[in-house]
Amino acid sequence: MNKDSIIYFENVSKWFGDFQVLNNINLEVNKGEKIVVCGPSGSGKSTMIRCINRLEEHQEGKIIVDGTELTGNVKNIDTVRREVGMVFQQFNLFPHLSILDNCTLAPIWVRKMSKADATELAMQYLRRVQIEDQVHKFPNQLSGGQQQRAAIARALCMQPRLMLFDEPTSALDPEMIKEVLDVMIGLAQDGMTMLVVTHEMGFAKEVADRIVFMDEGQIVEAKAPTEFFENPDSERTKLFLSQIL
Amino acid sequence: MLTLSWIRQNLFSSWTNSIISIVIIYFLASIIPPLLDWFIFEATFIADDRTGCTTDGACWAIIGARFYQFLYGFYPTEEVWRVNLVYAMLPFVIISLLWDGIPYKKQFLTFAATYPFLVFFLLYGGPGLTSVASNKWGGLLLTLFLGLGGIIIAFPLSIFLALGRRSKMPAISAICIMFIEFIRGVPLITLLFFGSMMLPLFLPEGLNIDTVLRALVAVIVFQAAYGAEVIRGGLQAMPKGQYEAAQALGLSYWQMNIQIILPQALKITIPALVNTAIGLFKDTSLVIVIGLLDLLGIGRAALADTKWMALHVEVYVFIAAVFFIFCFGFSRYSLYLEKKLNTDNDSENR
Repeated sequence: MNKDSIIYFENVSKWFGDFQVLNNINLEVNKGEKIVVCGPSGSGKSTMIRCINRLEEHQEGKIIVDGTELTGNVKNIDTVRREVGMVFQQFNLFPHLSILDNCTLAPIWVRKMSKADATELAMQYLRRVQIEDQVHKFPNQLSGGQQQRAAIARALCMQPRLMLFDEPTSALDPEMIKEVLDVMIGLAQDGMTMLVVTHEMGFAKEVADRIVFMDEGQIVEAKAPTEFFENPDSERTKLFLSQIL
Repeated sequence: MLTLSWIRQNLFSSWTNSIISIVIIYFLASIIPPLLDWFIFEATFIADDRTGCTTDGACWAIIGARFYQFLYGFYPTEEVWRVNLVYAMLPFVIISLLWDGIPYKKQFLTFAATYPFLVFFLLYGGPGLTSVASNKWGGLLLTLFLGLGGIIIAFPLSIFLALGRRSKMPAISAICIMFIEFIRGVPLITLLFFGSMMLPLFLPEGLNIDTVLRALVAVIVFQAAYGAEVIRGGLQAMPKGQYEAAQALGLSYWQMNIQIILPQALKITIPALVNTAIGLFKDTSLVIVIGLLDLLGIGRAALADTKWMALHVEVYVFIAAVFFIFCFGFSRYSLYLEKKLNTDNDSENR
């Protein structure tokens, strides 16, 4: 484990009942790295990134996030969750709160910020994702693309050290995908550490330092994008690429 | 607006529509005048006893003659100002909860929060006030005390029970499940009996909780169990993504429930919660079996008076009207809450 490592998976396995979703995962991500995780559905890619903030519990192996090992220890879990932002496929904004309140809630309650400071911080990120004129609306009054951008701003308000994206554009209409990807590209350019589960290969080519290809709960290969697309090692990767490109 | 064109459009738009309208209008025209005659025009409002009433209309004099009991039960006349004060403060509490832009909102809410304690102090007495035994209470006073008291105190208990039942800690969930299932599995009447007859047997000698409080406890426990199941339904309807988003942001269990889950779960359970609350409010009449005379009990006592024989219809109509006013009020309040909390563009409420 090197000193720049922010995520460290060592022989991680997980089962849902008898079904093994993660099979001996080894992965190390350095600070500032952008990783795109892809693979067929059911390959365990979402489960893997959800293990990073303990939305899923791994049963074997070791996961260390930013120096904190994820165990049953609630304190460790809280520490990790404070440092890890997450964006979901279904946005999961809180429908009973305005966009602004969605963004200030966690800074106020978890980071114990004052309301004024939290609002200022939230407005800064909401401007960045270009929905500063919608902040007093409720989530259901926004388009899917706007909601996902708000969800990204909400995660950023906790000023996380790394961001997880679980198929952030899969629930969006095609014309809204670009506005969300643009926000993510901007974030990558600013040096955020990112793990992105996505099928957007254009995004992967442009942004990723490494592409991790998973199948049947295993990491089949992990390579720089040019290598990955032009010179894949395994037959499974070739098959997947031929289907998706 | 009731204009000619409105009438034509809505009542006589087609042949079948016209026939239905005519039948209904004929039906209303034939029953409303006699009802009005009985209720108002032929009715007697003031009389000394049954013989002073006409036979063509209602004899509302019985209500007037027993009005004190309907309102206060047998609360001593010289102390009745205390009950009046309790009644007089109630509208202010309601207004402070309903009116969002009220000036001095904070002071009003503080007052609303202290009201229940004031009620206990005023009704029971305490330092500076002579104590009034609760077996003297009755009528509307008792109905409101048990009904509203039960609903309000049971509400937070229901939330804890619902959360407890879904808890990952086996001991807590087992206790909550046993409590809810046991209470829900027996009729309120048996709980009232249990409270009034059996509870004293288990309590140490000399420790005597009065009858009304025992009834209140039974009512609270009953309503808490029912409310818990309603709220659990709301909790179960919450998408998993809401829990995950809250957890991913680092919120603790209580922060997640208080800030994210409960506000949404309670909102969708408002209609069902109000439904059980209305049911409970009316069920408080059952306290008659343990010798307490609520509104209905006072009515039955009035009917037993030889001076006012056979006036069942008047008494029950009056009692029904009083219950209706309160229950309709609950129902309107719930609609108001639903509208206020609605953050979608679409849904419609009536």
